[in-house]
Amino acid sequence: MSYLYFPGCSLRSTGRPYEESILAVFRKLNIPLKELDDWNCCGATAYVSIDENRAFTLAARNLAIAERMQNNGNAGEDLMAPCSACYLVLEKTQHYMKTDEGVNTEVTAALRRGGFDYKGTTKVRHPLDILVNDIGIERIAKAVVRPMKGMKVACYYGCQVVRPFETFDHAAYPTTMDRLVTALGATAIDWPMKARCCGGSLTGTIQEAGLRLNRALLKEAEKRGANIILTCCPLCQHNLECYQKRINRRFGESIHIPVAYFTQFIGLALGIPRKELGIQRLFIPLKFADPPTKEAHAHA
Amino acid sequence: MPETNGHDAPRVGFYVCHCGHNIAGIVDVAEVARFAGTLPNVIVARDYKYMCSDPGQELIITDIREHRLNRIVVASCSPLLHEHTFRVATEKGGLNPFYFQMVNIREDVSWVTENHDAATHKALDLVRAAVRRVAHHRSLATKHVRIHPDVLVVGAGISGIHAALTLANAGKKVTLVEREPTIGGHMAMFDKTFPTLDCAACILTPKMSAVKNHPNITLWSYSEVSEVSGYVGSYTVKVKRKPRFVSEELCVGCMECIDACVYKEGKTPDEFNQGLSKRKPVYIPFPQATPQVVLIDPDTCIEFKSGRCKKTCVEKCDRNAIDFKQKEEIKEIQVGTIILATGFKTFDPKRIPYYGYGKYPNVYSSLEVERLVNASGPTGGDLVLRDGRHPKTVGIIHCVGSRDRNTNRWCSRTCCMYSLKLAHLLKEHSEAEVYNFYIDIRAAGKAYEEFYDKLLEENIHFIRGRVAEVTDWSARPEEEGKMIIRVEDTLIGVVRRVPVDMVVLAVGMEPQADSQDVRRMFNISCSTEGFFLERHPKLAPVDTFTDGIFIAGACQGPKDIPDSVAQAGAAAAQALSLIDAGEVELEPNTAYVVEESCSGCKSCLNICPYTAITRDETRQKAFINEALCKGCGTCVATCPSGAIRQNLFEDEQIFSEIEGLLQEKESVLTGGGAWRAPA
Repeated sequence: MSYLYFPGCSLRSTGRPYEESILAVFRKLNIPLKELDDWNCCGATAYVSIDENRAFTLAARNLAIAERMQNNGNAGEDLMAPCSACYLVLEKTQHYMKTDEGVNTEVTAALRRGGFDYKGTTKVRHPLDILVNDIGIERIAKAVVRPMKGMKVACYYGCQVVRPFETFDHAAYPTTMDRLVTALGATAIDWPMKARCCGGSLTGTIQEAGLRLNRALLKEAEKRGANIILTCCPLCQHNLECYQKRINRRFGESIHIPVAYFTQFIGLALGIPRKELGIQRLFIPLKFADPPTKEAHAHA
Repeated sequence: MPETNGHDAPRVGFYVCHCGHNIAGIVDVAEVARFAGTLPNVIVARDYKYMCSDPGQELIITDIREHRLNRIVVASCSPLLHEHTFRVATEKGGLNPFYFQMVNIREDVSWVTENHDAATHKALDLVRAAVRRVAHHRSLATKHVRIHPDVLVVGAGISGIHAALTLANAGKKVTLVEREPTIGGHMAMFDKTFPTLDCAACILTPKMSAVKNHPNITLWSYSEVSEVSGYVGSYTVKVKRKPRFVSEELCVGCMECIDACVYKEGKTPDEFNQGLSKRKPVYIPFPQATPQVVLIDPDTCIEFKSGRCKKTCVEKCDRNAIDFKQKEEIKEIQVGTIILATGFKTFDPKRIPYYGYGKYPNVYSSLEVERLVNASGPTGGDLVLRDGRHPKTVGIIHCVGSRDRNTNRWCSRTCCMYSLKLAHLLKEHSEAEVYNFYIDIRAAGKAYEEFYDKLLEENIHFIRGRVAEVTDWSARPEEEGKMIIRVEDTLIGVVRRVPVDMVVLAVGMEPQADSQDVRRMFNISCSTEGFFLERHPKLAPVDTFTDGIFIAGACQGPKDIPDSVAQAGAAAAQALSLIDAGEVELEPNTAYVVEESCSGCKSCLNICPYTAITRDETRQKAFINEALCKGCGTCVATCPSGAIRQNLFEDEQIFSEIEGLLQEKESVLTGGGAWRAPA
């Protein structure tokens, strides 16, 4: 089991702790990741709303590189895309290249000019899917050295990993992450906002609307007793974490809840040092004591 | 009919039908006729607007006489629709009807392409093939089989009951088979019926008891058909009678055994009450159940589980009706015709998780609410919720599992009307405000729109929009403790949040879970969604593609009670017309053995799916029973010495057809779309 890895822009900027924790967790679980050669912008962002076919072409170049790597010594390695936006646009490109003759013709022609002959064999995977369905909850649970007892987790999936394709979980009521955190010893709270909109880029454009959406999520998580929200998307994480002060000012609330990546949470349970997981980069600190673990003893 | 000219040189009459614009809108029919006229043996070639009409058939008849034709080819629609029509015309003209060949240029050509040139091209190929084939046709005799006058009706909901009574009243013997312990189907669960609001039980139970008491009806409840063989007029049916562990002959339905059961309270969700109450291991589905016979559920009965029950039920029964050793029985009957009225199942609302069924206790399916408002239901008609409260606001969500690409695309046709009815009943049983969330109100039916009008005056609220979700995410203090229905009100263009105490999901109608198994057992077809397929959507709505098997009610598609009853009557009439005709003609497309070539090797015996082939041991030859042979051709292909042939599918007929299709195209579509005749 090994994977090709597509970081995308977020994981090298606002989403750094996501990348740090993914790399650390996969290393800990002995699952090799190989970064995609010469990758480029995934095509999501505003591009896809201005010129879809060009956005698909950008995405397709990454898919084609993955296929080429699979044919050259990386056989059978799926392409892991941790950012939900990357994940979706790559999936969409696959889908339209298979079902829409117009898209296929244009994108294939563009790829040919760039020296690619893409057959469409690349499989795009999200790390949540890989961790639960390939590596397996059992194997991860066995590696836990610091059970996350007392953590009440609101698992937040956002929209893009489940809609519209429903590749590995239900579109409206996903459960993959809930099952995973339960295996880590935490309690997953049941809440109806799991796959509801985080506002996406509205926080930067029509902020009033964006803040209102985030407020609904944050309030409901707190109301149901969560003491942490976990996400699997850099934009969701950013929206939910960075605007809490502004939401409090705007709506007269007093929300204060840490928002972390699910991979950071796994990392903590596996006993990986906080620094390696980018915990210190969170704006709202994760305040629970690191109890001594077997490894911590060993280091001391 | 005397043999006419059949063995002379072929003189073919060719006709191409416009079918209005159906064919002529795509295929160049004038060109097809012109081209046919150039083919060898063709004496007359015409195109006509509607070949199936009287004047169209008259063309064939007159031409046969005037031009001494001895072969007829018609290029029109599917043989399923009109092969019989044209064979009859051929016969009226004085020919054996099997000197006719049909070419399907509608379903196979004009309906499946938009390209005029390609369509015409394909039509010409098919016509050339048919003209070559028909030269090799032979005179054949149709066979007649006697119709057994008894009828099997499968399913005893309102459709099956009505069909059975209609036939029995006409003096026919009917066996009515029902899978559940009682007859009555879904209708027995309803409280009132739209649009008249008359009580379902009051109109159904008299029919149920009429079924039980009718001398011409044998009622087998708690039974399932397990095997069907034979053909129109002569079906052999095996019926599995499941053990009730109570003798139907001895039990009088006093129900004292139920009171005497060692279980003081019921523990098993009651199927008839949709799980809203509990029943004991010994039970009767509902007080008016027919037959009035209790049954024992071996999965929950202590005696079956441990063998150490005190058996207080047995002690109590002074008729000794309880028999723990009762075994499943297989009965075999002979019938001539079969009516399938196997009904529907309601959509499982758990498939739409965002409506909260199974998650929020006060979300109900419409069938549950039918029981809840029913005077003989689990609460005696008291509208009390699962949490013990009486609702102050109720939201009815329409189209759950209907008109939805994610679940079922079809309109279930009954939900609008039963939702209106339930809205009225909920209002009648409580003080609640009732909201209907609908996409469109489909009230097409006699007095239906008037019923809707009446409801609009009853202060029932109607909000147009497909509900997005039912949630307990409260955003305002007044929403606390309620379920919130989120919906876009498309009439005023806003997103609304409607807090309610009770949600009713108007679930759609689906094919029964085992409809595919039933379809295979009876050798009929299903449409893509799984409902049984009628022979023709307009002109043969209760016939199937298997002769002698008819369908009625919701097994054919979503239907309300009036439509189901109408169809049941129609199916009964179709069966009666077969029975009273006494016999039916069979297609002569059966296989036959050319004895001098048969080596008696037995290769054909086991491969025949209809067990139509036996071996004549004295003559060491295979023998095919024509009445059992369905003309599948498997034995023809299997026979190593080519000793089995098949009427209407003789080698020379098929090969000449193939040659016609593949003939070197000297004629190709030239610039102006004109064709040159082959040299």
